[in-house]
Amino acid sequence: MSHSVVALTIIFGIVIVGSAVGFLAGFHRKMDLEQWTVGGRGFGLVLVWLLMAGEIYTTFTFLGASGWAYSRGAPILFNLAQAPLMYVVSFFILPLIWEVGRKYRLQTQADFFQVRYASTYLAASVALVGVLCLIPYLQLQLTGLGLIVEVASFGGIHRTPAMITAFALVAGFVFVSGVRGVAWVSIIKDLLLLCTAVFIGIAVPHIYFGGVGPMFAALAHTHPTHLVMPGATKSLGHTWYVSTVLMTSLTFYMWPHYFAASFTARSGKILRRNAVLMPLYSITTPLMLFVGLSAVLVLPGLRDGDLSLLTMVQKTFPAWFLGIVGGAGALTAMVAAAIQLLTGATLYAKNLFRPMLAPGMSDHKVAMIAKIMVLVLTLGALVLAVYSSVSLVSLLLLGFAGVAQLFPGVVLGLYSRRVTTSGVFAGMAAGICLAAFLMLTGRDPYYGLNAGFIALCCNFALTGVISLLTRVHAAGFDESLPLLAASDSADSPGLL
Amino acid sequence: MKRPSLGALLLGLIPFVATCFSVALWDRVDPTVLGLPFNFFWLISWLLLTPVCMWGAYRLEEPSASDARRKEGED
Repeated sequence: MSHSVVALTIIFGIVIVGSAVGFLAGFHRKMDLEQWTVGGRGFGLVLVWLLMAGEIYTTFTFLGASGWAYSRGAPILFNLAQAPLMYVVSFFILPLIWEVGRKYRLQTQADFFQVRYASTYLAASVALVGVLCLIPYLQLQLTGLGLIVEVASFGGIHRTPAMITAFALVAGFVFVSGVRGVAWVSIIKDLLLLCTAVFIGIAVPHIYFGGVGPMFAALAHTHPTHLVMPGATKSLGHTWYVSTVLMTSLTFYMWPHYFAASFTARSGKILRRNAVLMPLYSITTPLMLFVGLSAVLVLPGLRDGDLSLLTMVQKTFPAWFLGIVGGAGALTAMVAAAIQLLTGATLYAKNLFRPMLAPGMSDHKVAMIAKIMVLVLTLGALVLAVYSSVSLVSLLLLGFAGVAQLFPGVVLGLYSRRVTTSGVFAGMAAGICLAAFLMLTGRDPYYGLNAGFIALCCNFALTGVISLLTRVHAAGFDESLPLLAASDSADSPGLL
Repeated sequence: MKRPSLGALLLGLIPFVATCFSVALWDRVDPTVLGLPFNFFWLISWLLLTPVCMWGAYRLEEPSASDARRKEGED
């Protein structure tokens, strides 16, 4: 029992220090909506880096990737390829999104659609899609947190009270400090995560096999199929790999929270430089995979692949170290959850609630509704996490297939003058229906292709065809503005 | 919207070709390099090579990068 006390005390200590930093970050600032959601648009290279890395290295990287390496093998390489490629894509779209964002004072992804396509309904639908897809992602963070506490307490503490405590803290610092709190907590979390990931990734193969090379040699000998696709699966071959890498890397920045993170930057150039450097940070991903692969030989037959990294740490290292790893993992889950809550709440209040139900509402009231929504979303994700159990990767891919359908609207909106509101609407609706149908009826992958990718292709095709058949309302950002001014009453500052 | 230059787009395409479309060429265990199966080695090296390509794209997109950095100071 004393082992679990040591581990849990350290986890709890790390979580408390992290949360305290989160609370203090917003202490002496006046928190209006602009400051709360986009940090007053004043973040430089370091803070943007930390925020983006903090958001991107989530519980999934920590537990899910090693879990898939353990249970499926080589197909997890999709995650290793996705990381640099999504930054390549970001290089070409984020600076443009930032530019538009600053010019029209955008705070959310739905604001972008509102300004570009001059349609409140389209913007509200985008907000709805965003909030709905964020929920499985939030649930992923919560489930991860629960797993950590369960393993660290050697099964002594049930995951539910742990999830409730951690999420109360998250909701608290989001409530008080907004995005600035998240960025500062990211600093602590990144330091811890980097150090522990590098250490575990090198030490575990070394302790059991005498190095990474011998580990791979042993694995190639005993599990020859595990190291090339389709690994331990039947359906995840090369077609699946290409379609999944394309889908996830092209559409990664369609996640509403990553999209909105670009608004926090001080200049577009910072985002470009960030895109050049960020792949280097993914160097932790292969290390996590090494741990999952070592576990194939050291801990065969685990009931849940997502437990492989933690169980490995528990078996190999003293309890205090399990505590540090658990603390880093817990803080990771909290940072990711915080930004997702913040984004989901702002989207709901600003782009769904106000335009649909209370058009004359002031920004101050919107900020209040957003803060209430933080609590509502927290409770929603908690209920889901307690009552359903799906693997971490499945949750991630479900949300991904949904947000991916926003990609044609964004990229054509930036680069094409011929795309129309109806085209984007039709493509998005068809893509989401198709993705949901394929995934919920167990048809993913479909003929070897990623379901979200199939939906995205149909989405692009339909957006193109309908756009050619319908009249252009707003061909660019500047042209949609007179339309907006006409449709918005003077007393509502509205979306701008 | 200012479109990215063709050169920058081509530089951005290189990592896609290398790590995505060509999967059938490099997804194998042999030859192992530095103890890593070839597919792992290939993808890990592209974590390092992608920034090189994108640094080139950066120079094309922001030709006055060094002057601007001096102006912008530490950020």
